Amino acid sequence: MNDLRKTLEISTSPHIASGRSVEDIMRNVVWALLPATAFAIYAFGIGALLTLSVATLTCVATEHLLCRGGGRRSTVGDWSAVVTGLLYGLTLPPGLPLWMVVGGGVVALALGKYLFGGLGYNAFNPALVGRAFLQAAFPAAMTTWTPALAPERFQVLPSSTLTLPFMTPDYSLTAADGVTGATPLALMKFDQQPTGTYDLAFGFTGGSMGETCGVLILLGGIWLVARKMMNWRIPAAIFGTVIILSALFNGLDPARYPGPWFTLFSGGLMLGAVFMATDMVASPMTSLGVVIYGIVIGALIIVIRFWGGMPEGVMYAILLGNALSPHIDALTQPRVFGYKSGLKSERYHEDYRQ
Amino acid sequence: MQPEKPIVIRKEVVRRGSADEFLKGLWRENPVFVQVLGMCPVLAVTNSAINALTMGLATAFVLLLSNLLVSCLRHYIPPQVRIATFILIIATFVTVVDYLIQAISLEIHKSLGAFISLIVVNCLILGRAEAFASRNSIGRSLLDALGMGAGFTFALLCMGGVREILGGGTLFGVALFADNYQPWVVMILPSGGFFTLGAWLLLFNRIKQRQQRKQPRLQARLQEMGSEQ
Amino acid sequence: MKIIASDKQPAWIVYRALVGVGLVCALMIVSVFLLTLSAIEKNRSEALAQAIFTVLPGANTKLAFALTGGEHFVVADANTDASDAEAVIHAGYGAHGQLIGVAIEAQGMGYQDTIRILYGYIPDRQVIAGMQVLESKETPGLGSKIETDKSFLKNFSQLDVSLTAEGSAIKNAIVAVKPGQKTEPWEIDGITGATISSKAVAGILRASTRRWIPLVQRHLQVFHAAGEAHSDS
Repeated sequence: MNDLRKTLEISTSPHIASGRSVEDIMRNVVWALLPATAFAIYAFGIGALLTLSVATLTCVATEHLLCRGGGRRSTVGDWSAVVTGLLYGLTLPPGLPLWMVVGGGVVALALGKYLFGGLGYNAFNPALVGRAFLQAAFPAAMTTWTPALAPERFQVLPSSTLTLPFMTPDYSLTAADGVTGATPLALMKFDQQPTGTYDLAFGFTGGSMGETCGVLILLGGIWLVARKMMNWRIPAAIFGTVIILSALFNGLDPARYPGPWFTLFSGGLMLGAVFMATDMVASPMTSLGVVIYGIVIGALIIVIRFWGGMPEGVMYAILLGNALSPHIDALTQPRVFGYKSGLKSERYHEDYRQ
Repeated sequence: MQPEKPIVIRKEVVRRGSADEFLKGLWRENPVFVQVLGMCPVLAVTNSAINALTMGLATAFVLLLSNLLVSCLRHYIPPQVRIATFILIIATFVTVVDYLIQAISLEIHKSLGAFISLIVVNCLILGRAEAFASRNSIGRSLLDALGMGAGFTFALLCMGGVREILGGGTLFGVALFADNYQPWVVMILPSGGFFTLGAWLLLFNRIKQRQQRKQPRLQARLQEMGSEQ
Repeated sequence: MKIIASDKQPAWIVYRALVGVGLVCALMIVSVFLLTLSAIEKNRSEALAQAIFTVLPGANTKLAFALTGGEHFVVADANTDASDAEAVIHAGYGAHGQLIGVAIEAQGMGYQDTIRILYGYIPDRQVIAGMQVLESKETPGLGSKIETDKSFLKNFSQLDVSLTAEGSAIKNAIVAVKPGQKTEPWEIDGITGATISSKAVAGILRASTRRWIPLVQRHLQVFHAAGEAHSDS
């Protein structure tokens, strides 16, 4: 048997190896995230810099230690932990205590990725798993927003950032007047107070660190699409669904439902649609499936934002979309050449089982 | 081919001592951590230590009485109707417990909510009635119920303790930390139940694996000692 | 292993088992029910009394009143049909039978599920003097603060519900404002991180006071008279 293997190597198509590796793509995602990261540091000061570094370091260290502990080769070198860490950091509110940042980062990697078997096996976007855990564990801290562009942001850290582990953060010293800001979504939902599209698009609002400046996020996304490292259909489907649905409801009742531009540029929609929903592992593989996936996420965002108890729903919408994506894949298998379409699902399931 | 050697299978002695009958439920065959039975109360009502303790004791009480009655009546219950009879007996004791808890404290009854009535469908109780009490003497059935009940209560307390400490910073309502302790709200929510159960199962399986790895070495040592003598 | 006998059991053995066990069980349930009945009822009424006396400081006896025909209050006793819990209110009296106030139950949608509250209305000063959450399933640690948060509960020790001059409506509807921004006596300071739950409580109170306070105020004489009669007897 051994001799046979030496003389003839048998493998399935494709046979031509491309030069593109996981490492290559992941590094490019990091480049694409840099504009938004830079803006986060500009808008939220040294606190953001510290939080983002801690988030990234935690994820990388967790991945390394888990691989070592499980007796595997460390997979830190493929940059995927850096992407997860950076994305995770960008979804956090500025001024979140560092011990919570570390806790969520460990959960993101351990529960969201390693437990499923590492890169390529994670059912959910690990960064969002970490964030969802924090949202459930510390709902108050995760919805307290220190205002953007505070005058002293480059000199002083927010008092809450350096909270001792397991202690309640103290926000009283964060803002000059002792009042924390609200996100445009919360203002709209609870006080019916809209924010201008210009401020929203360019990030002069409160919110999670990386989600405020929609234009820079789009820029990073366009770059990735241009390099063919991201499936443009996912964000396009999400944007399309959100625009159509919000325009529809805004037309019906403008006082209650915000318009398409507000919906598009507020909250984490831009960051989520461009960088989170496009997670290569947790999104469907077929072209049609990807569009369905985007529409489902877009519709869920609208449902949660308009009728849910919370002002923001991007995170849960994407996680639910992730959960659906294997099923979407199963439903949208292309017809195998030479087979009638009726047989496709049967065949697919046969392959799937093997 | 070698001449066939008679294979001797040493039959494990099934009859156990009374102490062992009690202890098996507590540890080796723990209903929650080993058998993974009765997950509904384990996940749903363990958000505080006092709830976990009450639920554990209520279940143990029902288990004890139903095992007793089933064991007493085991010669009179024909197999065709045994499940119906067992459920009837269990449901009776659950109703009794429901009234008793209401009489003792309305507060606890409120916090346990529908889960007291749901003891009826706890597969642990029907399982013990079917697999043990209907085939064993009254004394052994009582010991079995005591052990399983204690094991169940112990497991629930493990869950409730961790969840209350992390989720509220208290244990049995007593504050453990400084005032500004930040509770992990998720631990009190249903998802926290899954996290905690997962962590405990991980720990128990780890311990079991360790013991199993030690087992052959232990037996080898014992044999050596035996041959020396 | 005697129970696993042949399948051809005589029918009467099956009946004996089912009927016998059924009888034993029925007997057990009935006897335990009768034994615990008084304790359970005592617990129930104590819990209710405790809640009423908490929201009506100074009261130490109470009388239940039922609203009949949507307009008249009568003293409710064991014979009154109290199936509609919202139509029963409790009047609290001081040591000499003087009316302290009325405790009214109200409910409405919270963040997770229905919130049930009890509040005490003092007719003399036309204020709410206390509020207690009877039942809620709000998020532990956040929304559940409506039950425990001291500064939130302090809102209800002196909450203005004064009526308009002709007494048919409440002058200023109760509203929840952001934490620390209470300026008027009819405003409720919300709780940080529990905006929805605190607004829900305010909404429940607003709806309930709009219906009950003018009604109670119109029939104050009934409550006064019942208290005097009660203390005389």
